Amino acid sequence: MADSSAAAATHHAPGHHGAAGDVTKRDLLQLIALAGAAIGGGAIAWPLIDSMNPSKDVLALSSVEVDLTPIIEGQGIVVSWQGKPIFVRHRTADEIKQAQQVKLSELLDPQAGLDKDRVKSGHDQWLVVVGICTHLGCIPLGNKPADPRGEYGGWFCPCHGSLYDTSGRVRHGPAPLNLALPPYAFESDTKIKVG
Amino acid sequence: MRPMRSLLAGVFAIGLLAAPSLSVPVRAEEEIQMPNMGWKFEKLFGTYDLASAQRGFQVYSNVCANCHSMALLHYRDLSGIGLEPEQIKAIAAGVTVPQGTDDQGAPKEGPATPANQFKSPFANEKAARAANNGALPPDLSLIVNAREGGPDYIYGLLTGFVEAPGGFKMQDGMYYNKMYPGHQIAMPQPLQDGSVEYTDGTSTSLDQEVRDVVTFLAWASNPEMVERKQMGVRIVLFFVFMTGITYAVKRRLWSDVH
Amino acid sequence: MAGLHKSEFANPVINWIDTRLPIFTMMQKEYGVFPTPKNFNYLWNFGALAMVILMIMIITGIFLAMNYQPNTELAFNSVQHIMRDVNYGWLIRYTHQNGASMFFIVIYIHIFRGLYYGSYKTPRELLWMLGVVILILMMATAFMGYVLPWGQMSYWGATVITNLFSAFPVVGPKIVTLLWGGFSVDNPTLNRFFALHYLLPFVLVGVIFLHVAALHITGSNNPLGIDVKSPQDTLPFHPYYTVKDSVGICAFLAFFAAIIFFFPNMLGDPNNFIPANPLQTPADIVPEWYFLPYYAILRSVPNKLLGVCMMFGSLIVLFVLPWLDTSRIRSARFRPVYKWLIWVWVLAFVVLGVCGAHKPEGIWVILSRVATLYYFAHFLVILPVLGKLERPLPLPESISQPVLGRRGGGPLLGAAAAKPMEKA
Repeated sequence: MADSSAAAATHHAPGHHGAAGDVTKRDLLQLIALAGAAIGGGAIAWPLIDSMNPSKDVLALSSVEVDLTPIIEGQGIVVSWQGKPIFVRHRTADEIKQAQQVKLSELLDPQAGLDKDRVKSGHDQWLVVVGICTHLGCIPLGNKPADPRGEYGGWFCPCHGSLYDTSGRVRHGPAPLNLALPPYAFESDTKIKVG
Repeated sequence: MRPMRSLLAGVFAIGLLAAPSLSVPVRAEEEIQMPNMGWKFEKLFGTYDLASAQRGFQVYSNVCANCHSMALLHYRDLSGIGLEPEQIKAIAAGVTVPQGTDDQGAPKEGPATPANQFKSPFANEKAARAANNGALPPDLSLIVNAREGGPDYIYGLLTGFVEAPGGFKMQDGMYYNKMYPGHQIAMPQPLQDGSVEYTDGTSTSLDQEVRDVVTFLAWASNPEMVERKQMGVRIVLFFVFMTGITYAVKRRLWSDVH
Repeated sequence: MAGLHKSEFANPVINWIDTRLPIFTMMQKEYGVFPTPKNFNYLWNFGALAMVILMIMIITGIFLAMNYQPNTELAFNSVQHIMRDVNYGWLIRYTHQNGASMFFIVIYIHIFRGLYYGSYKTPRELLWMLGVVILILMMATAFMGYVLPWGQMSYWGATVITNLFSAFPVVGPKIVTLLWGGFSVDNPTLNRFFALHYLLPFVLVGVIFLHVAALHITGSNNPLGIDVKSPQDTLPFHPYYTVKDSVGICAFLAFFAAIIFFFPNMLGDPNNFIPANPLQTPADIVPEWYFLPYYAILRSVPNKLLGVCMMFGSLIVLFVLPWLDTSRIRSARFRPVYKWLIWVWVLAFVVLGVCGAHKPEGIWVILSRVATLYYFAHFLVILPVLGKLERPLPLPESISQPVLGRRGGGPLLGAAAAKPMEKA
């Protein structure tokens, strides 16, 4: 409103009869009132926005247990955890060796890049990763025997051609990051619990 | 001051309009005297007595849960009565619940997790009726909100099992209760002195057990209450302050009008 | 360039927009310098308050709809999911639930102000009629909203109210089946009520726009009920009434917040915490408090069709009120008899509300019949006759004149406020 010169002349006209001191006092009061309105507006907006964040039941979503016995060596399965695909891959001895020989300098994303950081010690044959391409969220191919796995033997993302190796590390863009590792633990040698 | 008088008249009108709705809850008590227990959580800024609510959860689990579900609650919600995550995990793990299907498609069972709902004692309504002489034990998740008189009524009901007065005709399989509308209830007296054993040394008189379970049920009906009241104090004060400020601005602005 | 608006705003961005789409000029005219009678009392806050509450209801409603499930199997639990699991869900839901009551409190006072100060009289008849349309739309919206939580009162309220239409001969039962989308209140009913409950508030916004547009053509009435005669009678809407409305809005929000945070279920019914059960009717069915007077009118007549007609008639009669009241004096201040009778009418309305909350037996039947009789007689008999018989008090010369007489001099008003009003 104060943008209008015409309005500015009008609004305060009757007030100008008062002394100058009155005007400053009123301005201070108005400032407090406007600040209060701004604070109030923000405080009211927050609960509404926060209501769109995950609710308590979503946050408490139970963990999922995976039985490893049916997974044939050289193949992988997909399980759903918190609505996301989790790849569980039973690696062959060759694939493990291949994954362990890669040097950090060869990687696009050296973060958690060594194979030993990506599996649980003593369970080298089991690779568990979040099966979401770090580029734009597609699900890479490579679990079924007939799937293309790309030249690094891991996974191939059909959307934009990103390639992952047998440790789930990105080796060819456009994906910027390695496949994420979900929290999981071995309950026994043949059973893991994700989450 | 005419405007002032009109304003007061308006306020009076609101009061009158609101009056009938306020009088609604009082109607049911034609003959039944509702006890007035003065619950701490019913006070304007009152909170739940968490120790009492925890004992009440024990009463519910040991006694009420044999027939009454609380399907709107999850084990994780128990953090609201002050239980630690480890305690909640242990409580949940002691309950066996269906867990979808196994890899062959057969139904699977396993220990519950904090994310699970409270397990219901019966599979469905028909099973519940069949096991209770045709009467359906109501779900207790919202029971304090769902009854006229709220916690006082529940207290009165659980302590209201007395001998039927002479000449009162009882149907078979019904029990006399001085609080229950019609006085004939299908539920036998669920709690007596010493129905549970408290680990904290609190007396297990009927009165204490009922106070505890009512506190627990009141929390279950309104788990947000404490947070709500705390937030309310700040918000109401904020608007009162803003009313004062805007009124001062208004007075100053209008001082030259009239 | 002929079509371009000549904007007077100094800010270049605002000027650029305003030249092409003069919304800033419009806002300036309608809410900035808009000449408003200077003698409003605080009862004139309630229109702005109603706008604020409508906004609160729409915003909270949109966020509730993100988590609500309009399905008989899921509805009750989805509301409890909002109350227990969604972040601040309880706050949003309690605000929406109690907001409905707040809306009716505010609107009833707003209507009372219109009745007391004769705001429905010429030239504001259409403004008033649009207001009655708003009231009816609000009632429909509130009724359908109350069904959504799918508690016992939701279900049985929906059953009873939709069955009202069965009173009409021949087509009645067909209308009811159509409303239900089945042979009882069930999933199709709930689903369509949700769709309409979401739609109607936006229709409401449209009608309110017309209501306000009509107001800005005729100009506001005022506590003296006399027309604005000179620029000395008015003040620019901003900042005088924006600030005065802010006082009322803050005070009202304090009251509203106290209800939400400390007595959120005071206006609710315990039965609605029990999931809907089509096989068992609760012992007392009572509508929400704001429907109680109409409910009492319905029950005061022993004939089904007549009762329904009287209930709808109690709202329809408001449409013709501008022509039933034959007095040319607007404000009750200068009508020595009407001034009391309007309070009798308010009393009748309140008595009807109290009767509606009680079982229709004994004294309550008689009371509700007497009050119903007065409700209609007030409009249909007393107002037409009173206008001819009553001797009004002398009206002041102008809005500023009695003040001038008391204070001996008024302030000079700014140039914009000095523009004479073309109408009213």
